[in-house]
Order: sequence, then C-alpha cells, then structure tokens
Amino acid sequence: MTFSPQLEQRFAKMLTRYPEGRTRSAVIPMLIYAQDEVGAITRDVIEEVAKRCKVTPVQVDEVVGYYSMLHRKPQGKFHVQVCTNISCLLVGGEELYEHAKKKLGVGHKETTADGQFSLEEVECMGACSWAPAVEINYDFHHHVTPEKLDQLIDGLRKAH
Amino acid sequence: MAELVKLTIDGREIQAEKGALLIEVARQNGIEVPAFCYHEDYSLQAACRMCLVEIEKTPKLQVGCTTPAAEGMVVRTDSDIVRTARKGTLEFLLTNHPLDCPVCDKGGECELQDMVFRYGAGESRFVERKHHVDEKQWSPVVYFDAPRCILCYRCVRACNEGMGVGALGVGNRGAISEIIPNHDDHLECDECGACIDICPVGALTSGSYRYQTRPWEMEHVGTICTHCADGCKTTLGVRNHEIVRGNNRDRSGINDEFLCIKGRYAFDFTKHPERLQSPMLRTEKGYQPISWSKALAIVATKFSTVKLAGGRFGVIGSNHTTNEENFFLAKFARQGLETKNIDHHRTGDLAAFFDALSGKNNVLATTADLYQAKAVLVVGADLSQQHPFLAFQARANVRHHDGHIYAVTTGEVREDQQAVASVRVEKGGELAGVESLRDKLKAEGDLVIVFGDAVQGDVLRKLVAFGDSLGIPVKYVCLVDYSNSRGAFDMGVTPKDGGLSREQMLAAADLDVLWVVGANPLKNAQLASKNAFVVVQDLFMTETAKQADIVLPAASAYEKSGTVTNVCGEVQKLAQAIKVMGPKTDLEVMGLIAKEMGLDLGIWLPEKVFAEIRKSVHGYNMSQGQLAVGPAATMPLNGRVAALPGTIQSSGDTLFTSGSLTRYSGILNSVMEAPGQLYRGKGQ
Repeated sequence: MTFSPQLEQRFAKMLTRYPEGRTRSAVIPMLIYAQDEVGAITRDVIEEVAKRCKVTPVQVDEVVGYYSMLHRKPQGKFHVQVCTNISCLLVGGEELYEHAKKKLGVGHKETTADGQFSLEEVECMGACSWAPAVEINYDFHHHVTPEKLDQLIDGLRKAH
Repeated sequence: MAELVKLTIDGREIQAEKGALLIEVARQNGIEVPAFCYHEDYSLQAACRMCLVEIEKTPKLQVGCTTPAAEGMVVRTDSDIVRTARKGTLEFLLTNHPLDCPVCDKGGECELQDMVFRYGAGESRFVERKHHVDEKQWSPVVYFDAPRCILCYRCVRACNEGMGVGALGVGNRGAISEIIPNHDDHLECDECGACIDICPVGALTSGSYRYQTRPWEMEHVGTICTHCADGCKTTLGVRNHEIVRGNNRDRSGINDEFLCIKGRYAFDFTKHPERLQSPMLRTEKGYQPISWSKALAIVATKFSTVKLAGGRFGVIGSNHTTNEENFFLAKFARQGLETKNIDHHRTGDLAAFFDALSGKNNVLATTADLYQAKAVLVVGADLSQQHPFLAFQARANVRHHDGHIYAVTTGEVREDQQAVASVRVEKGGELAGVESLRDKLKAEGDLVIVFGDAVQGDVLRKLVAFGDSLGIPVKYVCLVDYSNSRGAFDMGVTPKDGGLSREQMLAAADLDVLWVVGANPLKNAQLASKNAFVVVQDLFMTETAKQADIVLPAASAYEKSGTVTNVCGEVQKLAQAIKVMGPKTDLEVMGLIAKEMGLDLGIWLPEKVFAEIRKSVHGYNMSQGQLAVGPAATMPLNGRVAALPGTIQSSGDTLFTSGSLTRYSGILNSVMEAPGQLYRGKGQ
C-alpha cells in the first residue's frame, strides 16, 4: 500500500535517521503516523510497515498488541483518553472517567454511534503535575473537572 | 585461550572462562541451576526468573542465565533465599496454568511438572479464578493452548533464530500475553514442529500426537529419518507396533535439536491403507495376492531361465534403501545375474565429484563443518528447502560463530536473509556467479562449498579448480536427494565398467528382465521393451509397480536395521522401530531370491553384510562402536573415478515433498504449504 505523498516523504526520511541495519527502530513512529492517516492499524498497514522496516509482520503485530495507543479498529473522530493512574486517581481521575462514560454513553474502548467520540481509560501519560489529565487526540487538558470535560466535549460537538 | 577467573559456587572453588554465563559454569560443574527460558543455542531472554542465584555483595538475586562469571564471585544456588525465590516463581507460573496434567500430552515429560516437583511449594496462595483462553489450532500439526504457556519465548526464538522463519511472536502484554502465529489465526511456516519440541510445557502440542498416548507408554527408538539426504536422527515413539510420534528430545544425533516436518511427522506413510501387504502377481484379472513362497519361486525361476538363456537384465536400485541392501543388490547383479546393467536415480554427480577431488586431503565437509567453517557458499541449491538441516547448520554458524553465508542461486532463497552476498544467476551461470565473489571468498579463513545438481561434469571440475585457486582451505558437499543416494553410489549401484544407465535400460528394446528395488523410474518414463519381465520391490503401488509382472512388498526404513550414508558421507545406523507382518526388508527378499536360485551370495543379515562392506568398500572400514555411538564416520577419497553414463538430476523436493512417498503421507499433504506451494515459483 502507499500513503499520502507527505507521509511517504516522512517515512523515507525516517528510515535514514537510524544507524545502518536498524530500520526496525522506525516501527513505532511509522505505526503511529500510519494510524493517524489510515484511521487504524489494519492488516495492510502491518504488512507494509514490516516490509519497510525489514522485520516480519508478526514482529509488527507484537508491537501493535503491546502498545495501547495503537488501535486495530478505527477510533472516534475525537479519542478521549482519561487517566486513572495514581496521581490522577487521587484528585478525582476515576470520578472523571465515570462522568465521561455517562456523558458519552460509551465504555472503555467504545465509540459513540455517530462515530464522533471514543473513550479510553488510560495509564499514566506523564501529566501528573496537572492531574487529573485528559488527552483528546494529541491535545492535553490539565486539571480537568467534570464541568470542564462537559465544556470540552460540547465545544467539540458544536464545532464539528 | 580465554582468560580464566576463579569463583566460588556453593562453596566450591571453580575456574571458568571470564564472561561465561553462571548457569553454564554451574552446569559444567554438575550444579543444576533450573531454568525454563534459557536455551544454549538461542539468544538470552531472562524471562522466566527460575534461575535466580544469590551473589555475595549484590543486594538482590541475579539471573544465572545472563550474569557472566567474574573473578572472586561467591555464588549460592541453593540458599534459603534462592529456594524461596524459586518457590515464588513457580507459584506465579501456576497462577493461570491449568492443572490438567492428567490429560496433557506433556504430562510425564513436562519441565514445569519436574520443577514444581523438585523446587515448588506444596500449595498455592492463589484462590482467584484462573484466566482461561480456549485452545487454538494453528495448522494441522500445531495446536496452542494459551493458559498452559509460561511465556519462556523458547518457541519464538527457535522459529526466528533456528529456523529463520519467524512465524511466532508474542501478542498483548502482562497477564494476557500469549504466543501469536504469523497470520492472525493460523501459521504459514515450515510446519517443522520445532516449537512443539522445545516447549517446556504442554502449550504447543502436535496435531498428530495429541491425546494419542502417555509418554511412558511408548518405546523410544532412535533411528535415522528416511526422507532427505541429511541423515537427521529422529526418535520414534512406538506404541503397540505403531509409530505415534517423531521427535528429538534427547538431541543425541548429528542434528542436535533440528528436525523438519518430514523427520518429525512424515512417518505416517508406514500405516497408509494402500500399503502393500503381500506379493502381487499380475494376471488377466488384474493383480492377485500370492504367497511369498510362490512369488519368490516365480522370480527365481524367471531370473535363472533368463540368465541361462543369456538374456538381458536391467537392475535399478534405490536411493533410500540401506547400504547393506545396496551392496547386496550390486553383488546380486554382478555375481548372481552376471550383468553390469545396474543403476539408480542419481541426483548429484558424485563420480565427477570424487574424481575432481582425488588426491586431495581433508576436502569432504561433514555436517559439523557447515556449523564451524568461517564461510559457507551455496551454489545452485535451495538449501532450506532441499537440505533443511544443512541450512540450519549454516544459520547456527552465523548465530554462534559469526560465520558468513554466500549464495549463488537462480532465485530468492532463505539463505539471502543472512548472506554476506547473494548473487542471482541464470541457470548455467553458476560458475560466473561464483567467480564474481572471488575477492570476498579469498578473504575468508576457510570455506565450505555446497552445490546442487546444476554443478556437474565439467562445471563441477571448474568449481573445484576455483576452490583450489582461492588459496584457503576449502571443503565441499555435493548435494544429493534422499536418505541414501550417497550409499547407493558407494556400494556400486552404478553402471560402472560399461553397464547400461537407468535411461538406457528403460530404452533398451531387448531387455528381458527389469528388476526395480525401491525406486520409481517409470513415473515419468516409458519402458521400451515390451517383453521384459518386471519385478518391483516397493511399499506401494507406484507408477512403476503398476507396470510390474510381480510386486514384492517391502519394509520401510523404520521397519528394518542397517546403515545409511548421508549427503556428507556420514554413516549412521538405522534402528528397527516397528515390525511388519506382510512386507519383508529388501535385503531379506534379495537373500531369499538368491537362495531360491541356488546362488551363494553370503548371509543376508545386515551385520554380516556390513562386515563384508567394511572389507571391500573403500572408506567404510569403521568400527561397530563408532557406528553405534558416533561421531558419524566419514570416508577418505579413493583415487580417480571414471565418469558414468546417464543423466543426473535432483528431483527438486521441497520441505513438504519426499519423492513418491509424498502422496502416502497424510501429514505432508495436510499442511497448507503442501506440496511446497509457499515457495513454489520463488527460488530455485
């Protein structure tokens, strides 16, 4: 398979960034960028990344299975990730996650019927100083309260 | 010599090579450090935590499998803290492991069972529900039961590093990690079953063996695989005169832990329903079963009559019967029938090979040489397909000794993955391809050249001349097919001294008798002589047998004793695994025909015939002791060898085919790759 010209260019450059014979180092970044463009890590994406990084497809499969940020099924347009690890948990992360479930009407790793939102309970994303934290797609939101989350979700809903 | 260090293990002062792994140092000194994930042939994993040892001045327990020995180290492998740690590790391994040992195939020979018995706690503190996942079938030969898996990664490494296939991986993470196949829900691989043999528990089980028997109900017979020419040892599990399993758990053969699908599974032809059970005589009503005594009388009478009348015989021997049988057949033809017309399907130009090397010393490579040489050059052969063990040796050489592989082939081969240089040539362009590697090869310390049937006659001589010109020590392997091609040649089943070749016999219009022992020459050929009396000894009604006047049922290699010589000239003993009722060994059949004819060709017991071989066949003068326990005997060269008439062609078998036997092996036909479609069109 081929990707957009921009992504192709990015991948070509990516492969030169590692020492010789270490193309396998590009597996994770390639998967993330491919996921953004394709929407999910499909079998085709796995085969293609394996070919480009000179590893076997099952080795790419291992990586996809290991990292929770790599998805085999398409997520919602806005992927809401709520942290419930220790720092966030202590300041209401769990309540926030429960609230998000109610607000969106979906559970962990589920997507709303209109395909707009998906929800995921995630482990620490390194934003402990600003807990509780929520990540929507690639944007971080700090000190999130249930009210703030409502505003965020409503705002995204309205804008799109 | 590596630097030595002194260390203390369990109070004993021990000298070890600096950097040697503690687990190995301990083992070499008779101290067992238990481990699951550690395997000396593959990369280090340090996944199972079973080999934890206490090292003085190190605050925490260390893993013995990755900690190198160092000067002054004081190690304890059996202190209270170590014992507690092992107990804890085993308790963890058993949290999700089902206790279905009474029905598990591995029960009785399971490493986890043994470890728990020896080091484990009597009870578990875990009262939670076990995480259960249903068993999966990945291929006709491989089943996976995830809950039994202890995630030691041995199978993953054996498949990646040992086989060069890389069909297995580990999916998910944490408590729900499990081994995954390369195609979502199924495997596409060599179907070799190495993962099953190497699995310390019953997580990977064999499609043909599962739920068949208990390990202690079998007799284990170590013999040599009857399929390709590599001569791997396979240990057959026999119960009630039936082979139920093939593996190499004792790793005592030249092949160590290697076996391919044929060695591990393709013994099933022995119980194929179409197996011939009694002699068959062609009549107007088709083939009729007759008694052995009648059949032998008919054959002996015919042979005697034709001999007396000065008629023409043609004898075609086999490339998978034993040395003893080949020797006896050659003697029968030359002395008994007084004919020079004897040949077999030749798959490599051994005549030109031995001739080109005559006068040289130390030029015949053994299977071990492929593992030890600095470099291996593969010319015109798909080694992984046709000689999987030799390919395994070359891969292990790269892994363990940084050996170099070079490939000169007409198409893509698996060796390319690890090759320093791969050259693609047109058929016939092999020499030019080799020449292009001259400078690189010259720089190697020593070299083993392995070549296929594309290299024969003059090309072969030129290849040897090329090897000579490199100025480094070079050894050679002339690749041949089937378990005893080399033996057939050595025993004189060849048209030397002016006999007719196989093709000439088939084309001779005035042939009176064609005697075929364990071969299928009429598969793709016609017999010109319409009046020839055709006698065929075989396991099945092959294309050749269907044209016979009389067919004599033969025993397979797993049903007889004797010796075979592998592609590298290593002579090994077969062991009889099962007894058969109807068929007889080819040796016995020949002996009985000789007796019936009143010929004196000597006693037809394998040991007696081998005693004769020792005396009269150059290079086979090895002791019975050496034959019994190895190392495999190899033979010196024997002067000039005259060229032989006839064509030489490999049958191009793949991992999933074995000549005419293929169609009678259910297993070889059941895998999706069969017969070799995974590689068909790719490579040579």
